[in-house]
Amino acid sequence: MFSSARIVRKDRLEGFLERLLEDREVFAPVRKGGLVTLEMIDSVRDVILEYENTKESPKAAVFPQRETLFGYQAEKGKVALDVPRGKEKEQVLFGIRPCDARGLLLLDRVFGGDCGDPYYAEKRAKTLVLSLGCVNPNPTCFCHSMGGGPCSPEGSDLFFLDLGDRYMVEVGSDKCEALLEDEAFEDADEKSLALSEKIRKETEASMTPLALNENLKEHLGRLFDDPAWNALAETCLGCGICTYLCPTCHCFDLCDEAAGGTGERIRVWDSCQFPLFTQQASGFNPRPTVKERFHGASSNVLSTWISVKS
Amino acid sequence: MKNPYVPFPMRIEDIIVETEDENVKTFDVSFVGKEDEEQFVYTPGQFAEISVFGKGEAPFGMASTPTHPGRLEFSVSKIGLVTGALHQMESGDVVGVRGPMGNGYPLETFKGKNLILIGGGFGFSTLRSLTNFILHDSNRGAYGNLTVIYGARKPGLLLYKKDLGAWQQRGDLQLHLTVDKGENGWQGHVGFVPDVTRSVGPNPKDAYAVVCGPPAMIHFSLPVLKELGFQDEKIFLSLEMRMKCGIGKCGRCNVGSKYICSDGPVFSQAELTQLTGEAHF
Repeated sequence: MFSSARIVRKDRLEGFLERLLEDREVFAPVRKGGLVTLEMIDSVRDVILEYENTKESPKAAVFPQRETLFGYQAEKGKVALDVPRGKEKEQVLFGIRPCDARGLLLLDRVFGGDCGDPYYAEKRAKTLVLSLGCVNPNPTCFCHSMGGGPCSPEGSDLFFLDLGDRYMVEVGSDKCEALLEDEAFEDADEKSLALSEKIRKETEASMTPLALNENLKEHLGRLFDDPAWNALAETCLGCGICTYLCPTCHCFDLCDEAAGGTGERIRVWDSCQFPLFTQQASGFNPRPTVKERFHGASSNVLSTWISVKS
Repeated sequence: MKNPYVPFPMRIEDIIVETEDENVKTFDVSFVGKEDEEQFVYTPGQFAEISVFGKGEAPFGMASTPTHPGRLEFSVSKIGLVTGALHQMESGDVVGVRGPMGNGYPLETFKGKNLILIGGGFGFSTLRSLTNFILHDSNRGAYGNLTVIYGARKPGLLLYKKDLGAWQQRGDLQLHLTVDKGENGWQGHVGFVPDVTRSVGPNPKDAYAVVCGPPAMIHFSLPVLKELGFQDEKIFLSLEMRMKCGIGKCGRCNVGSKYICSDGPVFSQAELTQLTGEAHF
């Protein structure tokens, strides 16, 4: 799957990022308000690469929190629609974590390729994923228990791993051919390859696996009416922020913003944790309380939509 | 890639007030663009998203039949923002339409079989589409006996009175109308749909039942069908959930692993029993 490995010495990384910034939009981790967030950067000096996780996932780069689907001008008996043009520049997601890179692959199942979402597909095609492995995963991290890994290159066009004075770079797709011509890249030597393998193994071993049942999906189906959901849901405020932070949650609302006969149809993030999400016009709600919504979201993330969209 | 979020324009040609309380109107709309008309190939049971620009979109099953090309009909109950705005519209106004969406009724499976259509309230719209489709000269011979059981809370809330009158005149359809509560002048049956279904007693041999209506009607009709000998594979239901995108992405209409908008809205009872408890009536 990975054709070759490269090395970037740490003192040459800044130059590489500066050259990226010349004709691309670059998103990278920066410190903001006491948190690390993924932001479009103007200067490589803002970038920090020693962090645990960004506050938000990078999904907004391909699935914005608010997006205009079309503008319209309506008058009596006619309407004119105007679909906005797509991005001109390529965008680079630099330094995102392997879990977030993998999350994009799951969003692809909903919106990408032949799934017929031109807004997503267009942005995704112009996105380069340059992820950075976790050598010091957070104690609450669980990627390794969900089929991913702290040093997994899955979903990355280039995967960087910190080897101390340099980064090992694995090439995950042919989207980065032009980038690899940059002077910062050197061929990987045997010593670096061996060191990266050692780090990968040690980091994975340092993570405590979640006590998940192997037949989780099957069990969830049978536990639909289990009283355990009541206790679990009691800890949930129903605020919905989990769905905003999750790299794979993709529920959205479509609504109109209008002023007179002119307006826009917009797509905005929504959450299955909100009571109005499933409430029908009659007032009937199939998921009326936090319990049903918590149950719905848990089953969805751990079982159902993965099987639907695979 | 065709953009599935962008509606095409349709013009309102006629508006029929269906119910005495004027809360349900049927909008008869025509295609503005020839290409849009050619691409809109649908079967009874499918639905479309109707846009009122400035208010938003809502999904409605086609009440019309594809045997009547060039026009679509949607029956709209005035209940929320979009439906309220639709009810304010007049002939000549333009709405946006996206569709057709969903799977529709399994017409191939129904071929050569007797059909029992059971509907209630304004959930009857796609059963009206199916009935008119089967009754069309080009299709009638392909299906067996047709029985339609249709109920409303009271006579003034029965939809499609012109169709009901015409169907009663025909010899190739058994129509059983019922209301929960009779009123002055109502000569027909008074009683709930499940009870009427029991007394009509359709034979399950070589037959399919199709059920569409309020949850309570479905809940009480399914045991009756079972009692009569209909197996789960021979019962089809058209379901409803809140929908936005209509194409299986926005995430709100799933029941277990199925999206009502794109996998449904029509499911067999056998399929529903395989799903999570949310799909059990």
